[in-house]
Amino acid sequence: MRALTWHGKKDVRVDTVDDPSILNSRDAIIKVTSTAICGSDLHLYDGVIPTMQAGDILGHEFMGEVVEVGSKAGTLKKGDRVVVPFVIACGSCFFCNKQQFSACDNSNPAEKADMSETLYGQQMSGLFGYSHLTGGYPGGQAEFVRVPFADVGPIIVDDDLDDDEVLFLSDILPTGWMAASNCEIEEGDTVAVWGCGPVGLFAIQSALIMGAAQVIAIDHYPHRLELARQLGAKALDFEQVDIHEALLEMTGGIGPDAVIDAVGLESHGFALDNLYDYAKQTLMLETGRPHALRQALFSCRKGGRVSIPGVYGGFVDKFPIGALMEKGLTVRTGQTHVHRYLPELLERIRERKIDTTFLISHRLPLEQAAEGYRMFANEQNETTKVVLKPEWEKTNGQ
Amino acid sequence: MTARHHYPVPAPRLATGLALGLIAFTVAAVLLRRPTAPRPRFDAPPLARARASGGWRHSFVGRTVTVSRPRKDVYDAWRDFMTFPAFMENVESVHVLDETRSRWTINAPGGAAVTLDVRMTEDRPSELIAWETVPDAPVQSSGEVRFADAPGGRGTTISLRLEYDPPLGAIGKAAAKLFQREPAIQARRELKRFKQWMETGEVAISSATTTAASLAN
Repeated sequence: MRALTWHGKKDVRVDTVDDPSILNSRDAIIKVTSTAICGSDLHLYDGVIPTMQAGDILGHEFMGEVVEVGSKAGTLKKGDRVVVPFVIACGSCFFCNKQQFSACDNSNPAEKADMSETLYGQQMSGLFGYSHLTGGYPGGQAEFVRVPFADVGPIIVDDDLDDDEVLFLSDILPTGWMAASNCEIEEGDTVAVWGCGPVGLFAIQSALIMGAAQVIAIDHYPHRLELARQLGAKALDFEQVDIHEALLEMTGGIGPDAVIDAVGLESHGFALDNLYDYAKQTLMLETGRPHALRQALFSCRKGGRVSIPGVYGGFVDKFPIGALMEKGLTVRTGQTHVHRYLPELLERIRERKIDTTFLISHRLPLEQAAEGYRMFANEQNETTKVVLKPEWEKTNGQ
Repeated sequence: MTARHHYPVPAPRLATGLALGLIAFTVAAVLLRRPTAPRPRFDAPPLARARASGGWRHSFVGRTVTVSRPRKDVYDAWRDFMTFPAFMENVESVHVLDETRSRWTINAPGGAAVTLDVRMTEDRPSELIAWETVPDAPVQSSGEVRFADAPGGRGTTISLRLEYDPPLGAIGKAAAKLFQREPAIQARRELKRFKQWMETGEVAISSATTTAASLAN
């Protein structure tokens, strides 16, 4: 089959690779009909996530049709149309039982789990297509993908919903939702969101649904800020105004009640601390550039909430722990517990209360995936979300 | 300030002298420190305590996991060690010789397989299984597994303790660690696989080409 594989920094290619097969009885094989490139895929593209191997298949946002099931894959059957959570969860460990699915203890193969255990203290769960730290599972930017614990993860979607309407249930929609949920929004609250990529935009949408009185979006790409405004947020361009000052003014001098860092470890911009981080990253002395996070911590009101959906991998410098402590902030973060939110979010999509299609800027055949990565990385104003369609190969780019 | 930069003392030699003096002082201070009074044990759990008091020659593996199954189920599954090759990547085969002895073939550092005769020294149902290699085994080791109820209805905790004399001493152990074949690494992984097996009915694998994949077939 054809699949998008990683070959090094800024080097992804569509290769012909072996088809996946059933390896465990709770597996299923999915024929992929739609799959997206994620903002966190760009960290892989930029080579800042360790343990990648040449030939690894990327992609953790995917959906499609079940073409094969193992003998214990639950009620799933051939022909079912499903969206698959990017987090692989067994459904029966201590963490899954607590609904903390992205902390599953049984989905990272024992021979791979040591790495994240050494790095973080306990092992990470398995994810699709996101380095060997998370198990080295082949991802879904491909024609077919093997899905473990198929009796737990995949959710069946109605035929009258287009792929584009439900694809983002796999990752970014629940991620934005959980980011907003972690803000513990109360009546009258202002929520400030750094980063108007797909996760930030869904977080904005979710925060408004959850009753935030005011949502302020921060970015520097005009088109992305426009999308944020369309959702109902107020937009601030950090290249044009001092964000801290603006936020104070917009919140009566108090500061936002909750802040969301939807930027993560590759912050943009030429602020002094970011340049310092760039320099240290080049010298491999630091693994992240937390400029947006520092700003968010600085601006959050005293006693407020900090929600971090943005991905970080290792260590950062000059972390304002003083601000965090002295202002009494609450931090909530983590990889998304996708399974927790799926039924509710699917229901809202069915009822047309959530629209996910507005941010798709490009639809490409799988064969053009490398170009999709290039655009998503380098033309971020125009490229808000790239969805790949593996089946378009067969119909010559229909 | 004059234009000429004239060092009164050769600066590099001074710096080296200071550094060496500091090192010598620190080493002396460490070696000659007054022996402190024995410290109270406090509440360190047994495996962590054993590791802290371990020496060079003897290698020690201690690991605890929680399995969300009742204690009797977990004990029964562990006691049935004939099934281990089905889900433990590095256990090739297990044959029972008599009521207390069994013959194990396991993957060893360097890729070769090692066959060991093991004698069960204690078997307390739902509590403890202990074993040691027979005196003429190629590698001397002993171990035990303790089963206890986990708090808050979480299931059962298994505490595995394994001690062995690494064949080539500390160097052999370090080399084995490099190749991920060291018993501490192996034991940790097999214990994880046992937990996966008990909680999900399968062992997590991500690639068809690992040996683990062949176990599933």
